[in-house]
Amino acid sequence: MDPQALLLSRLQFAFTISFHIIFPAFSIGLSAFIATLLVLWRRTGREHYHRLARFWTKIFAVSFAMGVVSGIPLSYEFGTNWSHFSAVVGNVIGPLIGYEVLTAFFLEASFLGVMLFGWQRVPPWLHLTAAILVALGTAISGFWILSANSWMHTPAGYEMQNGVAVPVDWLAVIFNPSFPYRFAHMMTAAYLTTSVVVLATGARYVLAGKFEQEARTMMRMGVGMVAILGPLQLLLGDMHGLNTLHHQPLKIAAIEAHWEDDGPADLVLFALPDEKNETNRAAITVPHLGSLILTHRWNGRFEGLKQVPRNERPPVTSVFFAFRLMVGIGVLLIALGLTGALLWWRRRLFTTRWYLRLAQPGWPIGFFAILAGWLTTESGRQPYIAYHILRTDQAVSPVAASTVATSLAAFVLVYTVVFSIGIYYIYKLIMKGPAGAALEPAPLPEGLPNRPLSTADAPVKQERDA
Amino acid sequence: MSGAAYWLPLIAALVIAVAVAMYVVMDGFDLGVGILFPFFPDEGDRDQMMNSVAPFWDGNETWLVLGGTGLFVAFPLAYSVIAPAFYVPLVTMLLALVLRGVAFEFRWVAKPHHDKWDIAFATGSTLAAFAQGVMVGGLLTGIHVDDGRFSGAAFDWLNPFSLMCGIGLVVGYALIGACWIVMKTAGGVEQGARRYARPLLIALLLFILLIGLWTPLQFERIAQRWFSWPNWLYLSPVPLITAALAVACWRGLAGKSPTLAFNSAVGLFIVSFIGLAISTLPYLVPPSITLWDAAAAPKSQAFILVGIAILLPVIFGYTVFVYHTFRGKVRPGEGYH
Repeated sequence: MDPQALLLSRLQFAFTISFHIIFPAFSIGLSAFIATLLVLWRRTGREHYHRLARFWTKIFAVSFAMGVVSGIPLSYEFGTNWSHFSAVVGNVIGPLIGYEVLTAFFLEASFLGVMLFGWQRVPPWLHLTAAILVALGTAISGFWILSANSWMHTPAGYEMQNGVAVPVDWLAVIFNPSFPYRFAHMMTAAYLTTSVVVLATGARYVLAGKFEQEARTMMRMGVGMVAILGPLQLLLGDMHGLNTLHHQPLKIAAIEAHWEDDGPADLVLFALPDEKNETNRAAITVPHLGSLILTHRWNGRFEGLKQVPRNERPPVTSVFFAFRLMVGIGVLLIALGLTGALLWWRRRLFTTRWYLRLAQPGWPIGFFAILAGWLTTESGRQPYIAYHILRTDQAVSPVAASTVATSLAAFVLVYTVVFSIGIYYIYKLIMKGPAGAALEPAPLPEGLPNRPLSTADAPVKQERDA
Repeated sequence: MSGAAYWLPLIAALVIAVAVAMYVVMDGFDLGVGILFPFFPDEGDRDQMMNSVAPFWDGNETWLVLGGTGLFVAFPLAYSVIAPAFYVPLVTMLLALVLRGVAFEFRWVAKPHHDKWDIAFATGSTLAAFAQGVMVGGLLTGIHVDDGRFSGAAFDWLNPFSLMCGIGLVVGYALIGACWIVMKTAGGVEQGARRYARPLLIALLLFILLIGLWTPLQFERIAQRWFSWPNWLYLSPVPLITAALAVACWRGLAGKSPTLAFNSAVGLFIVSFIGLAISTLPYLVPPSITLWDAAAAPKSQAFILVGIAILLPVIFGYTVFVYHTFRGKVRPGEGYH
């Protein structure tokens, strides 16, 4: 094993999968949003739902294409860079990914064509069915890939034969202990993140005084979803954390920078973990709160990092900070959703400019939370690639470091250029807005969103298309 | 070897062969359209060409994922040897597919500044095709294996034979792409494609002939396979069918039947593919690892084959549905752009 090739392969996989996950997370949420809009259009006959569906379909097409092309390399990197991982756990992980291809990829890819190009070729009900099948496909894809990933964290239903993991019980493999939690947590993250994008886009148009009807529908749907999914995500995250404590206590110890199990645990709000001296610097802690959150008991105890040798520990600093970033953004999103819901209830959602100004630039923060969450869980599994089965440094392919360095450079170059331009194109589409919609708000006697409001009854009129 | 341990790998290999053949034919024509892009400088022509494959490309490329993961699932040992051995061409292919894949959407958003995506589409398509051909050639040449692991160097695959296979596949995809354009478009694009198709057909036949002569001369095991009695008798239809398909393709292009031309070109691909399979089997990694050596645990193969038996017909069903929905010539201005 060449340590340089190992490091470069890890960097390459981290880089390619981090770029990738943004797009499927958005596609999972957006396809469900588009399908919902089409259902609303079919049921109410109101044209602005249709305009919104077509508008977001354009953005979906760009995002989905980036998801497809950034996803194919991953399925091949298992072999090019992690060939021994493939050989050791391929018997178990492989079929799960195979089922993802069979049940999800073909479904999405085939009906995507009908969804994008079939507006005039197929009857509306069939077009709607295609959109629903695409949304379903993205969710099924999430099911299998999260099952495979969860198995790497909490392997089950297998036995080792001649150094190779062999399946014994497929149901135990698929529904391995961390899978239900990870699946619920990630799918909610995808829908939540997309809802924030929709909310932010609505806020942008309301502030600009453009596409009034569309903008309000987006804001209402966005706020409603964020207000429900934000708190739900907190609950799911807590359950996922308890599950992790049970199966991967060292990951929790790294998240909490918890070195020693010497009594009820403090909650470390902030610290600079010092891995060399096995302690925390500049720590700000709250007594007992760590125990309360993780064990739901005032004096609960959990394993500390020092209970295992250094070469069995995950990296502490990155896991510690990534987790705090994720939770911090989560709290912001809950505040965004609940504040929006409150303003909506008070009929001031479209006129509270400070809220709109805060919501508009908030579109990417959900994605940062997703990346931070994945960094936490994947780094927290180290030094194992498949927990207690195969160490990461044993899994790497026999490929020279110089080769991996070249490919990593090529991936960084191509991805940075291509996907930056792609994200810019999505921005361009958003700036252009839904086609066929009134650019200026309809002439109303009062209550135009871009004018200051003074009369108390104006917000009521603002809600006329609620 | 007991029943399941013998038959399961054979069935799994057949399934992967079907996936790869589906990929080569289906992504073949949409890569071919990209390869031909530089020969059609007019923007309107390029719009038509791209629209003719836009609803299908993603589904087509999914067969590549099925082929790759199929190998991972059913023959993890072969996958863990082949992928590192072809690290350079594989990564090249993947990046090329990124460039040409995003062009399908980016090109429309970028208009009127879409030149760079036309270049990305053409370059990406050509490079992906070339890399695939090189890997076929490299696989036939053989891979160094020690103790079940790849033990060669980064550029072992690079030799005149594999480079020739790379060019041959670019030519083949261009032919099938040209036949597709003739079938799916009208006017100047159709005429242009018709003009290019015949020289491409001749060039492809030369490459098929070249590979057919080169492989038995260079590789003893392939000569044994084709020219030992009674094999050559059983295998003699292969060149005859190839010739018949070439004639049919030529006549389809000359006459009024673009469908015949396209189907014959597809036929040429399938026969060539079968020919290569005959040359290589039972090795997945020539000249050392057979499909039985590389097979996953019977329980793994059985699990995925059950899924394939149920789901592959469903997938064929909606593939047919999509192709049926978008049958006929491209209608101008169609799409969501």
